[in-house]
Amino acid sequence: MIELRDIHKAFGANKVLRGVNLTVPTGESMVIIGGSGTGKSVTIKCILGLVKPDSGTILLDGQDVAEAERDAFLARFGMLFQGGALFDSLTVWQNVAFRLLRGSLKRPRGEAREIAIEKLRRVGLKPEVADLYPAELSGGMQKRVGLARAIAAEPEIIFFDEPTTGLDPIMAGVINQLIREIVTEMGATAITITHDMASVRAIADKVAMLHDGVIRWSGPVEQMDDSGNPWLDQFIHGRAEGPIEAVR
Amino acid sequence: MSPLQPLASVGRSFLGLMAVIGRVTLFAGATLGHLIRPPFYLREFLQAVLHIGYFSLPVVGLTTLFTGGALALQIYAGGARFNAESVVPSIVAIGMVRELGPVLAGLMVAGRVAASIAAELGTMKVTEQIDALVTLSTNPMKYLAVPRVLAATLVLPALVAAGDVIGVMGGFLVGVNRLDFNAAVYLNNTIDFLESWDVVSGLIKAAVFGFIVATMGCYHGMNSGRGARGVGRATTNAVVSASVLILATNYILTELFFSA
Ligand SMILES: Nc1ncnc2c1ncn2[C@@H]1O[C@H](COP(=O)(O)OP(=O)(O)OP(=O)(O)O)[C@@H](O)[C@H]1O
Ligand SMILES: [Mg+2]
Repeated sequence: MIELRDIHKAFGANKVLRGVNLTVPTGESMVIIGGSGTGKSVTIKCILGLVKPDSGTILLDGQDVAEAERDAFLARFGMLFQGGALFDSLTVWQNVAFRLLRGSLKRPRGEAREIAIEKLRRVGLKPEVADLYPAELSGGMQKRVGLARAIAAEPEIIFFDEPTTGLDPIMAGVINQLIREIVTEMGATAITITHDMASVRAIADKVAMLHDGVIRWSGPVEQMDDSGNPWLDQFIHGRAEGPIEAVR
Repeated sequence: MSPLQPLASVGRSFLGLMAVIGRVTLFAGATLGHLIRPPFYLREFLQAVLHIGYFSLPVVGLTTLFTGGALALQIYAGGARFNAESVVPSIVAIGMVRELGPVLAGLMVAGRVAASIAAELGTMKVTEQIDALVTLSTNPMKYLAVPRVLAATLVLPALVAAGDVIGVMGGFLVGVNRLDFNAAVYLNNTIDFLESWDVVSGLIKAAVFGFIVATMGCYHGMNSGRGARGVGRATTNAVVSASVLILATNYILTELFFSA
Protein backbone atom coordinates (compact mmCIF):
# COMPACT_ATOMS: atom_id res chain seq x y z
CA MET A 1 0.00 0.00 0.00
CA ILE A 2 1.20 3.47 -0.89
CA GLU A 3 0.08 6.39 1.25
CA LEU A 4 0.77 10.05 0.65
CA ARG A 5 0.10 12.24 3.66
CA ASP A 6 -0.14 15.99 3.30
CA ILE A 7 2.55 16.32 0.62
CA HIS A 8 3.72 19.84 -0.16
CA LYS A 9 6.11 20.78 -2.91
CA ALA A 10 7.00 24.17 -4.34
CA PHE A 11 9.48 25.15 -7.04
CA GLY A 12 10.44 28.67 -6.04
CA ALA A 13 7.21 30.67 -5.89
CA ASN A 14 5.30 28.01 -7.82
CA LYS A 15 3.42 26.01 -5.16
CA VAL A 16 2.69 22.83 -7.07
CA LEU A 17 1.50 20.41 -4.38
CA ARG A 18 -0.38 21.90 -1.42
CA GLY A 19 -1.30 18.99 0.77
CA VAL A 20 -1.83 15.90 -1.35
CA ASN A 21 -3.43 12.94 0.43
CA LEU A 22 -3.74 9.71 -1.50
CA THR A 23 -3.91 6.00 -0.70
CA VAL A 24 -3.24 3.30 -3.25
CA PRO A 25 -3.99 -0.22 -1.95
CA THR A 26 -1.77 -3.10 -3.04
CA GLY A 27 -2.85 -4.79 -6.27
CA GLU A 28 -5.06 -1.94 -7.38
CA SER A 29 -4.91 0.31 -10.38
CA MET A 30 -5.10 3.99 -9.50
CA VAL A 31 -5.45 6.57 -12.23
CA ILE A 32 -4.56 10.19 -11.55
CA ILE A 33 -6.21 12.78 -13.76
CA GLY A 34 -5.96 16.53 -13.73
CA GLY A 35 -5.16 19.49 -15.93
CA SER A 36 -1.82 19.99 -17.59
CA GLY A 37 0.77 21.40 -15.20
CA THR A 38 -1.13 20.55 -12.01
CA GLY A 39 1.69 18.41 -10.62
CA LYS A 40 0.74 14.84 -11.52
CA SER A 41 4.24 13.96 -12.70
CA VAL A 42 5.73 15.70 -9.68
CA THR A 43 3.52 13.59 -7.40
CA ILE A 44 4.84 10.26 -8.68
CA LYS A 45 8.38 11.58 -8.74
CA CYS A 46 7.95 12.39 -5.06
CA ILE A 47 6.99 8.79 -4.33
CA LEU A 48 10.12 7.55 -6.09
CA GLY A 49 12.31 10.08 -4.33
CA LEU A 50 13.32 11.77 -7.60
CA VAL A 51 11.81 14.97 -6.24
CA LYS A 52 12.05 15.68 -2.54
CA PRO A 53 8.78 16.92 -1.01
CA ASP A 54 9.05 20.04 1.14
CA SER A 55 6.89 18.44 3.80
CA GLY A 56 4.60 15.49 4.36
CA THR A 57 5.24 11.77 4.53
CA ILE A 58 5.05 8.97 1.99
CA LEU A 59 4.58 5.46 3.31
CA LEU A 60 5.12 2.23 1.44
CA ASP A 61 3.58 -0.69 3.31
CA GLY A 62 3.62 1.46 6.41
CA GLN A 63 7.29 2.36 6.16
CA ASP A 64 8.48 5.90 5.52
CA VAL A 65 10.11 5.89 2.07
CA ALA A 66 12.56 8.62 3.07
CA GLU A 67 14.12 6.16 5.51
CA ALA A 68 13.94 3.07 3.30
CA GLU A 69 17.06 1.38 1.99
CA ARG A 70 17.25 2.91 -1.51
CA ASP A 71 18.33 -0.10 -3.57
CA ALA A 72 15.79 -2.51 -2.11
CA PHE A 73 13.10 0.17 -2.36
CA LEU A 74 13.75 1.00 -6.01
CA ALA A 75 14.02 -2.66 -6.99
CA ARG A 76 10.27 -2.94 -6.36
CA PHE A 77 9.37 -0.18 -8.84
CA GLY A 78 9.04 0.28 -12.55
CA MET A 79 8.48 3.67 -14.12
CA LEU A 80 7.45 4.89 -17.55
CA PHE A 81 8.52 8.51 -17.93
CA GLN A 82 6.30 10.97 -19.71
CA GLY A 83 9.03 11.67 -22.27
CA GLY A 84 10.18 8.07 -22.50
CA ALA A 85 13.65 8.86 -21.08
CA LEU A 86 15.27 6.13 -23.15
CA PHE A 87 19.07 5.92 -23.03
CA ASP A 88 20.09 7.09 -26.46
CA SER A 89 23.54 5.52 -26.29
CA LEU A 90 22.02 2.03 -25.98
CA THR A 91 20.01 0.00 -28.47
CA VAL A 92 16.31 -0.64 -27.93
CA TRP A 93 16.75 -4.11 -26.48
CA GLN A 94 19.55 -2.96 -24.17
CA ASN A 95 17.21 -0.25 -22.91
CA VAL A 96 14.44 -2.72 -22.24
CA ALA A 97 16.79 -5.23 -20.61
CA PHE A 98 18.74 -2.56 -18.70
CA ARG A 99 17.92 -4.02 -15.30
CA LEU A 100 18.56 -7.57 -16.49
CA LEU A 101 22.06 -6.74 -17.70
CA ARG A 102 23.45 -5.42 -14.42
CA GLY A 103 22.94 -5.40 -10.69
CA SER A 104 21.12 -7.95 -8.61
CA LEU A 105 18.84 -9.16 -11.43
CA LYS A 106 21.73 -9.74 -13.84
CA ARG A 107 21.44 -12.72 -16.20
CA PRO A 108 23.22 -13.91 -19.36
CA ARG A 109 23.02 -11.51 -22.33
CA GLY A 110 21.22 -13.97 -24.60
CA GLU A 111 18.53 -14.58 -22.03
CA ALA A 112 18.14 -10.87 -21.26
CA ARG A 113 17.77 -10.18 -24.98
CA GLU A 114 15.05 -12.81 -25.33
CA ILE A 115 13.09 -11.33 -22.44
CA ALA A 116 13.47 -7.88 -23.99
CA ILE A 117 12.13 -9.07 -27.33
CA GLU A 118 9.19 -10.74 -25.60
CA LYS A 119 8.37 -7.51 -23.73
CA LEU A 120 8.66 -5.54 -26.97
CA ARG A 121 6.14 -7.91 -28.54
CA ARG A 122 3.76 -7.26 -25.66
CA VAL A 123 3.80 -3.54 -26.37
CA GLY A 124 3.20 -4.21 -30.06
CA LEU A 125 6.75 -3.83 -31.38
CA LYS A 126 8.39 -6.25 -33.82
CA PRO A 127 11.69 -7.99 -32.98
CA GLU A 128 13.36 -5.99 -35.77
CA VAL A 129 13.32 -2.83 -33.68
CA ALA A 130 15.43 -4.51 -30.98
CA ASP A 131 18.73 -3.52 -32.58
CA LEU A 132 17.75 0.03 -33.52
CA TYR A 133 18.66 3.06 -31.43
CA PRO A 134 15.88 5.09 -29.76
CA ALA A 135 16.56 8.06 -32.04
CA GLU A 136 15.58 5.88 -35.02
CA LEU A 137 12.06 5.31 -33.66
CA SER A 138 8.89 7.40 -33.89
CA GLY A 139 7.58 9.13 -30.77
CA GLY A 140 4.88 6.54 -30.14
CA MET A 141 7.36 3.70 -30.62
CA GLN A 142 9.73 5.29 -28.10
CA LYS A 143 6.87 5.52 -25.63
CA ARG A 144 6.18 1.82 -26.00
CA VAL A 145 9.86 0.95 -25.59
CA GLY A 146 9.76 2.94 -22.36
CA LEU A 147 6.74 0.92 -21.33
CA ALA A 148 8.52 -2.34 -22.13
CA ARG A 149 11.47 -1.19 -20.03
CA ALA A 150 9.20 -0.32 -17.10
CA ILE A 151 7.69 -3.81 -17.02
CA ALA A 152 10.78 -5.82 -18.04
CA ALA A 153 11.85 -6.86 -14.56
CA GLU A 154 8.22 -7.51 -13.52
CA PRO A 155 8.16 -5.02 -10.65
CA GLU A 156 5.48 -5.07 -7.95
CA ILE A 157 4.62 -1.40 -8.35
CA ILE A 158 4.52 0.35 -11.70
CA PHE A 159 4.02 4.02 -12.54
CA PHE A 160 2.88 4.97 -16.03
CA ASP A 161 3.13 8.65 -16.88
CA GLU A 162 0.80 9.19 -19.84
CA PRO A 163 1.29 5.75 -21.44
CA THR A 164 -1.05 6.34 -24.39
CA THR A 165 -0.24 9.94 -25.29
CA GLY A 166 0.93 10.07 -28.90
CA LEU A 167 -0.38 6.62 -29.80
CA ASP A 168 -3.02 5.80 -32.41
CA PRO A 169 -6.40 4.62 -31.01
CA ILE A 170 -5.70 0.95 -31.72
CA MET A 171 -2.28 1.00 -30.11
CA ALA A 172 -3.73 2.95 -27.18
CA GLY A 173 -6.26 0.14 -26.79
CA VAL A 174 -3.48 -2.45 -26.81
CA ILE A 175 -1.57 -0.55 -24.12
CA ASN A 176 -4.66 -0.05 -21.94
CA GLN A 177 -5.31 -3.76 -22.09
CA LEU A 178 -1.68 -4.52 -21.29
CA ILE A 179 -1.74 -2.31 -18.19
CA ARG A 180 -4.98 -3.93 -17.06
CA GLU A 181 -3.41 -7.38 -17.55
CA ILE A 182 -0.33 -6.46 -15.59
CA VAL A 183 -2.50 -5.49 -12.64
CA THR A 184 -4.89 -8.44 -12.80
CA GLU A 185 -2.45 -11.19 -13.84
CA MET A 186 0.77 -10.16 -12.16
CA GLY A 187 -1.01 -8.61 -9.20
CA ALA A 188 0.98 -5.43 -9.56
CA THR A 189 0.04 -2.09 -8.04
CA ALA A 190 -0.20 0.58 -10.70
CA ILE A 191 -0.46 4.35 -10.75
CA THR A 192 -1.25 5.73 -14.18
CA ILE A 193 -1.41 9.36 -15.20
CA THR A 194 -3.53 10.07 -18.23
CA HIS A 195 -5.68 12.70 -19.93
CA ASP A 196 -7.51 10.13 -22.01
CA MET A 197 -10.92 9.33 -20.50
CA ALA A 198 -11.17 6.09 -22.52
CA SER A 199 -7.92 4.98 -20.86
CA VAL A 200 -9.26 5.93 -17.45
CA ARG A 201 -12.27 3.67 -17.90
CA ALA A 202 -10.16 0.84 -19.31
CA ILE A 203 -7.41 0.92 -16.71
CA ALA A 204 -8.73 2.26 -13.43
CA ASP A 205 -10.00 0.60 -10.31
CA LYS A 206 -9.87 3.97 -8.61
CA VAL A 207 -9.57 7.49 -9.89
CA ALA A 208 -8.08 10.54 -8.22
CA MET A 209 -8.34 14.04 -9.55
CA LEU A 210 -5.60 16.53 -8.80
CA HIS A 211 -6.31 20.23 -9.03
CA ASP A 212 -4.80 23.30 -7.37
CA GLY A 213 -2.30 21.12 -5.56
CA VAL A 214 -4.81 18.90 -3.76
CA ILE A 215 -6.82 15.79 -4.59
CA ARG A 216 -10.28 17.19 -5.37
CA TRP A 217 -11.98 13.84 -5.69
CA SER A 218 -11.03 10.21 -5.42
CA GLY A 219 -13.11 7.08 -5.56
CA PRO A 220 -13.95 3.96 -7.56
CA VAL A 221 -14.16 4.42 -11.31
CA GLU A 222 -17.84 3.36 -11.30
CA GLN A 223 -18.76 6.39 -9.20
CA MET A 224 -16.90 8.80 -11.43
CA ASP A 225 -19.91 9.74 -13.60
CA ASP A 226 -22.30 10.63 -10.79
CA SER A 227 -19.91 12.09 -8.26
CA GLY A 228 -21.61 15.48 -8.18
CA ASN A 229 -18.12 16.95 -7.90
CA PRO A 230 -17.95 20.11 -10.06
CA TRP A 231 -14.20 19.79 -10.78
CA LEU A 232 -14.46 16.18 -11.86
CA ASP A 233 -17.59 16.77 -13.94
CA GLN A 234 -16.00 19.65 -15.77
CA PHE A 235 -12.90 17.60 -16.45
CA ILE A 236 -14.53 14.41 -17.72
CA HIS A 237 -16.90 16.30 -19.96
CA GLY A 238 -14.25 18.67 -21.17
CA ARG A 239 -16.31 21.80 -20.53
CA ALA A 240 -14.75 25.23 -20.82
CA GLU A 241 -16.99 26.60 -18.02
CA GLY A 242 -16.68 25.53 -14.41
CA PRO A 243 -14.51 25.88 -11.34
CA ILE A 244 -11.33 25.01 -13.32
CA GLU A 245 -10.04 28.06 -15.13
CA ALA A 246 -9.01 27.59 -18.73
CA VAL A 247 -5.93 29.78 -18.33
CA ARG A 248 -3.47 28.35 -15.84
CA MET B 1 19.91 52.37 -2.79
CA SER B 2 21.61 51.65 0.47
CA PRO B 3 25.31 52.52 0.55
CA LEU B 4 26.02 48.97 1.65
CA GLN B 5 24.47 47.40 -1.41
CA PRO B 6 27.63 47.07 -3.54
CA LEU B 7 29.33 45.50 -0.55
CA ALA B 8 26.46 43.06 -0.11
CA SER B 9 26.62 42.07 -3.74
CA VAL B 10 30.36 41.43 -3.54
CA GLY B 11 29.68 39.33 -0.46
CA ARG B 12 26.96 37.41 -2.23
CA SER B 13 29.19 36.61 -5.22
CA PHE B 14 31.93 35.50 -2.88
CA LEU B 15 29.57 33.26 -0.94
CA GLY B 16 28.26 31.90 -4.24
CA LEU B 17 31.78 31.08 -5.38
CA MET B 18 32.53 29.37 -2.08
CA ALA B 19 29.36 27.32 -2.37
CA VAL B 20 30.34 26.18 -5.87
CA ILE B 21 33.82 25.22 -4.71
CA GLY B 22 32.25 23.26 -1.87
CA ARG B 23 29.83 21.43 -4.15
CA VAL B 24 32.54 20.57 -6.67
CA THR B 25 34.78 19.29 -3.90
CA LEU B 26 31.96 17.16 -2.51
CA PHE B 27 31.24 15.85 -5.99
CA ALA B 28 34.89 14.92 -6.55
CA GLY B 29 34.99 13.28 -3.12
CA ALA B 30 31.82 11.31 -3.84
CA THR B 31 33.30 10.13 -7.14
CA LEU B 32 36.41 8.89 -5.35
CA GLY B 33 34.23 7.20 -2.75
CA HIS B 34 32.25 5.33 -5.39
CA LEU B 35 35.48 4.39 -7.15
CA ILE B 36 36.40 1.93 -4.43
CA ARG B 37 32.96 0.39 -3.86
CA PRO B 38 31.24 -2.03 -6.23
CA PRO B 39 29.43 -2.35 -8.57
CA PHE B 40 31.86 -1.41 -11.34
CA TYR B 41 30.77 -0.85 -14.90
CA LEU B 42 33.59 -2.24 -17.06
CA ARG B 43 31.86 -1.72 -20.40
CA GLU B 44 31.27 1.96 -19.70
CA PHE B 45 34.88 2.31 -18.53
CA LEU B 46 36.30 0.78 -21.72
CA GLN B 47 34.07 2.97 -23.86
CA ALA B 48 35.31 6.02 -21.98
CA VAL B 49 38.95 4.94 -22.47
CA LEU B 50 38.37 4.71 -26.21
CA HIS B 51 36.50 7.98 -26.39
CA ILE B 52 38.80 10.02 -24.15
CA GLY B 53 42.14 8.45 -25.00
CA TYR B 54 42.25 7.02 -28.46
CA PHE B 55 40.10 9.61 -30.19
CA SER B 56 42.04 12.47 -28.58
CA LEU B 57 45.36 11.23 -29.94
CA PRO B 58 45.23 13.11 -33.29
CA VAL B 59 44.38 16.41 -31.61
CA VAL B 60 47.06 16.07 -28.96
CA GLY B 61 49.63 14.79 -31.49
CA LEU B 62 49.13 17.70 -33.88
CA THR B 63 49.20 20.28 -31.07
CA THR B 64 52.45 19.02 -29.56
CA LEU B 65 54.07 18.50 -32.99
CA PHE B 66 53.64 22.12 -34.01
CA THR B 67 54.44 23.46 -30.57
CA GLY B 68 57.65 21.39 -30.44
CA GLY B 69 58.67 22.90 -33.77
CA ALA B 70 57.90 26.46 -32.70
CA LEU B 71 59.70 25.90 -29.42
CA ALA B 72 62.87 24.85 -31.26
CA LEU B 73 62.80 28.01 -33.38
CA GLN B 74 62.30 30.28 -30.36
CA ILE B 75 64.95 28.64 -28.22
CA TYR B 76 67.37 28.80 -31.10
CA ALA B 77 66.66 32.49 -31.56
CA GLY B 78 66.95 33.13 -27.82
CA GLY B 79 70.03 30.92 -27.42
CA ALA B 80 71.78 32.73 -30.29
CA ARG B 81 71.91 35.88 -28.14
CA PHE B 82 74.30 34.04 -25.77
CA ASN B 83 75.96 31.84 -28.37
CA ALA B 84 74.15 28.94 -26.77
CA GLU B 85 72.30 27.47 -29.75
CA SER B 86 73.39 23.98 -28.69
CA VAL B 87 70.86 24.01 -25.80
CA VAL B 88 67.98 23.64 -28.25
CA PRO B 89 67.55 19.84 -27.99
CA SER B 90 67.65 19.63 -24.21
CA ILE B 91 65.48 22.70 -23.56
CA VAL B 92 62.91 21.57 -26.11
CA ALA B 93 62.78 18.17 -24.42
CA ILE B 94 62.56 19.56 -20.87
CA GLY B 95 60.00 22.21 -21.80
CA MET B 96 57.89 19.69 -23.62
CA VAL B 97 58.01 16.91 -21.09
CA ARG B 98 57.67 18.98 -17.94
CA GLU B 99 55.25 21.70 -19.00
CA LEU B 100 53.94 21.93 -22.50
CA GLY B 101 53.09 18.27 -23.03
CA PRO B 102 50.79 17.94 -20.02
CA VAL B 103 49.35 21.45 -20.23
CA LEU B 104 48.62 21.34 -23.97
CA ALA B 105 47.17 17.85 -23.82
CA GLY B 106 45.13 18.83 -20.76
CA LEU B 107 43.73 21.93 -22.46
CA MET B 108 42.97 20.15 -25.72
CA VAL B 109 41.27 17.32 -23.87
CA ALA B 110 39.37 19.89 -21.80
CA GLY B 111 38.02 21.36 -25.02
CA ARG B 112 37.21 18.03 -26.51
CA VAL B 113 36.27 15.75 -23.64
CA ALA B 114 34.95 18.03 -20.88
CA ALA B 115 32.63 19.58 -23.46
CA SER B 116 31.33 16.31 -24.78
CA ILE B 117 30.87 14.78 -21.33
CA ALA B 118 28.99 17.85 -20.10
CA ALA B 119 26.80 17.95 -23.20
CA GLU B 120 26.05 14.24 -23.03
CA LEU B 121 25.25 14.11 -19.32
CA GLY B 122 23.44 17.45 -19.49
CA THR B 123 21.17 16.12 -22.22
CA MET B 124 20.61 12.98 -20.18
CA LYS B 125 19.65 15.11 -17.21
CA VAL B 126 17.29 17.29 -19.23
CA THR B 127 15.54 14.34 -20.89
CA GLU B 128 15.11 12.57 -17.52
CA GLN B 129 17.53 9.79 -18.46
CA ILE B 130 19.39 10.32 -15.19
CA ASP B 131 16.12 9.97 -13.26
CA ALA B 132 15.41 6.85 -15.30
CA LEU B 133 18.78 5.41 -14.26
CA VAL B 134 17.85 5.91 -10.62
CA THR B 135 14.51 4.13 -11.07
CA LEU B 136 16.39 1.24 -12.71
CA SER B 137 18.41 0.84 -9.49
CA THR B 138 21.56 2.25 -11.02
CA ASN B 139 23.53 4.95 -9.26
CA PRO B 140 24.27 7.70 -11.81
CA MET B 141 27.54 8.55 -10.05
CA LYS B 142 28.78 5.00 -10.43
CA TYR B 143 27.40 4.43 -13.91
CA LEU B 144 28.18 7.79 -15.49
CA ALA B 145 30.79 9.67 -13.46
CA VAL B 146 33.14 6.99 -12.14
CA PRO B 147 33.95 5.31 -15.50
CA ARG B 148 34.66 8.65 -17.14
CA VAL B 149 36.75 10.09 -14.31
CA LEU B 150 38.75 6.89 -13.91
CA ALA B 151 39.31 6.56 -17.65
CA ALA B 152 40.47 10.16 -18.02
CA THR B 153 42.81 9.90 -15.03
CA LEU B 154 44.45 6.74 -16.35
CA VAL B 155 44.47 7.60 -20.02
CA LEU B 156 45.79 11.14 -19.97
CA PRO B 157 49.32 10.11 -18.89
CA ALA B 158 49.47 7.74 -21.87
CA LEU B 159 48.22 10.49 -24.12
CA VAL B 160 50.83 12.89 -22.73
CA ALA B 161 53.60 10.30 -23.15
CA ALA B 162 52.68 10.03 -26.81
CA GLY B 163 52.39 13.82 -27.05
CA ASP B 164 55.86 14.23 -25.46
CA VAL B 165 57.44 11.97 -28.05
CA ILE B 166 55.68 13.70 -30.92
CA GLY B 167 56.52 17.16 -29.53
CA VAL B 168 60.21 16.30 -29.17
CA MET B 169 60.06 14.95 -32.69
CA GLY B 170 58.59 18.27 -33.86
CA GLY B 171 61.61 20.01 -32.33
CA PHE B 172 63.91 17.43 -33.91
CA LEU B 173 62.42 17.91 -37.39
CA VAL B 174 62.79 21.67 -37.20
CA GLY B 175 66.22 21.40 -35.59
CA VAL B 176 67.58 19.11 -38.29
CA ASN B 177 65.85 20.59 -41.34
CA ARG B 178 65.75 24.31 -40.56
CA LEU B 179 68.50 24.89 -37.99
CA ASP B 180 71.14 22.54 -39.43
CA PHE B 181 71.59 20.35 -36.37
CA ASN B 182 73.17 16.97 -36.90
CA ALA B 183 70.45 14.36 -36.38
CA ALA B 184 72.54 12.06 -34.20
CA VAL B 185 73.85 14.93 -32.06
CA TYR B 186 70.32 16.31 -31.60
CA LEU B 187 69.01 12.95 -30.42
CA ASN B 188 71.97 12.36 -28.11
CA ASN B 189 71.54 15.77 -26.53
CA THR B 190 67.86 15.16 -26.03
CA ILE B 191 68.34 11.86 -24.28
CA ASP B 192 71.46 12.70 -22.27
CA PHE B 193 69.99 15.72 -20.52
CA LEU B 194 66.55 14.35 -19.83
CA GLU B 195 66.06 12.87 -16.36
CA SER B 196 63.41 10.37 -15.50
CA TRP B 197 61.81 12.78 -12.97
CA ASP B 198 61.27 15.27 -15.81
CA VAL B 199 59.12 12.70 -17.54
CA VAL B 200 57.43 11.28 -14.47
CA SER B 201 56.46 14.67 -13.05
CA GLY B 202 54.81 15.47 -16.36
CA LEU B 203 52.86 12.24 -16.31
CA ILE B 204 51.67 12.87 -12.74
CA LYS B 205 50.45 16.28 -13.87
CA ALA B 206 48.67 14.58 -16.75
CA ALA B 207 46.81 12.24 -14.41
CA VAL B 208 45.69 15.19 -12.27
CA PHE B 209 44.55 17.10 -15.36
CA GLY B 210 42.63 14.06 -16.58
CA PHE B 211 40.83 13.90 -13.25
CA ILE B 212 40.00 17.61 -13.45
CA VAL B 213 38.69 17.41 -17.01
CA ALA B 214 36.33 14.48 -16.44
CA THR B 215 35.19 15.72 -13.04
CA MET B 216 34.31 19.14 -14.43
CA GLY B 217 32.51 17.56 -17.39
CA CYS B 218 30.48 15.26 -15.14
CA TYR B 219 29.75 17.87 -12.47
CA HIS B 220 28.46 20.49 -14.89
CA GLY B 221 26.61 17.92 -16.99
CA MET B 222 24.83 16.29 -14.08
CA ASN B 223 23.90 19.67 -12.61
CA SER B 224 22.81 21.11 -15.93
CA GLY B 225 19.91 23.57 -16.01
CA ARG B 226 16.72 22.81 -17.85
CA GLY B 227 16.39 22.86 -21.64
CA ALA B 228 18.85 23.34 -24.48
CA ARG B 229 20.10 26.55 -22.94
CA GLY B 230 20.91 24.77 -19.68
CA VAL B 231 22.96 22.18 -21.55
CA GLY B 232 24.77 24.91 -23.47
CA ARG B 233 25.71 26.69 -20.27
CA ALA B 234 26.83 23.46 -18.67
CA THR B 235 29.11 22.75 -21.61
CA THR B 236 30.67 26.20 -21.55
CA ASN B 237 31.15 26.10 -17.79
CA ALA B 238 32.75 22.66 -17.97
CA VAL B 239 35.36 23.76 -20.54
CA VAL B 240 36.14 27.09 -18.88
CA SER B 241 36.40 25.71 -15.36
CA ALA B 242 38.46 22.71 -16.49
CA SER B 243 40.88 24.96 -18.40
CA VAL B 244 41.34 27.45 -15.58
CA LEU B 245 41.75 24.70 -13.00
CA ILE B 246 44.34 22.95 -15.19
CA LEU B 247 46.45 26.09 -15.50
CA ALA B 248 46.17 26.90 -11.80
CA THR B 249 46.92 23.33 -10.73
CA ASN B 250 49.83 23.22 -13.14
CA TYR B 251 51.43 26.16 -11.40
CA ILE B 252 50.89 24.61 -7.97
CA LEU B 253 52.31 21.26 -9.05
CA THR B 254 55.32 22.89 -10.69
CA GLU B 255 55.93 24.81 -7.48
CA LEU B 256 55.68 21.58 -5.48
CA PHE B 257 57.84 19.49 -7.78
CA PHE B 258 60.60 21.86 -8.80
CA SER B 259 60.92 24.85 -6.48
CA ALA B 260 63.01 23.13 -3.80
N1 LIG C 1 12.26 20.27 -11.83
C1 LIG C 1 11.39 21.28 -11.83
N2 LIG C 1 11.80 22.54 -11.59
C2 LIG C 1 10.94 23.57 -11.58
N3 LIG C 1 9.62 23.45 -11.79
C3 LIG C 1 9.14 22.22 -12.03
C4 LIG C 1 10.00 21.07 -12.09
N4 LIG C 1 9.24 19.98 -12.35
C5 LIG C 1 7.98 20.44 -12.48
N5 LIG C 1 7.90 21.76 -12.29
C6 LIG C 1 6.69 22.59 -12.32
O1 LIG C 1 5.70 21.91 -11.59
C7 LIG C 1 4.44 22.03 -12.22
C8 LIG C 1 3.80 20.66 -12.40
O2 LIG C 1 4.57 19.90 -13.29
P1 LIG C 1 4.17 18.42 -13.69
O3 LIG C 1 5.19 17.97 -14.67
O4 LIG C 1 3.98 17.61 -12.48
O5 LIG C 1 2.79 18.63 -14.41
P2 LIG C 1 1.78 17.52 -14.91
O6 LIG C 1 0.58 17.57 -14.03
O7 LIG C 1 2.48 16.22 -15.04
O8 LIG C 1 1.38 18.11 -16.32
P3 LIG C 1 1.24 17.37 -17.74
O9 LIG C 1 -0.10 16.75 -17.75
O10 LIG C 1 1.32 18.52 -18.72
O11 LIG C 1 2.37 16.41 -17.85
C9 LIG C 1 4.66 22.79 -13.51
O12 LIG C 1 4.25 24.12 -13.30
C10 LIG C 1 6.14 22.75 -13.73
O13 LIG C 1 6.59 23.94 -14.30
MG1 LIG D 1 3.26 15.15 -16.51
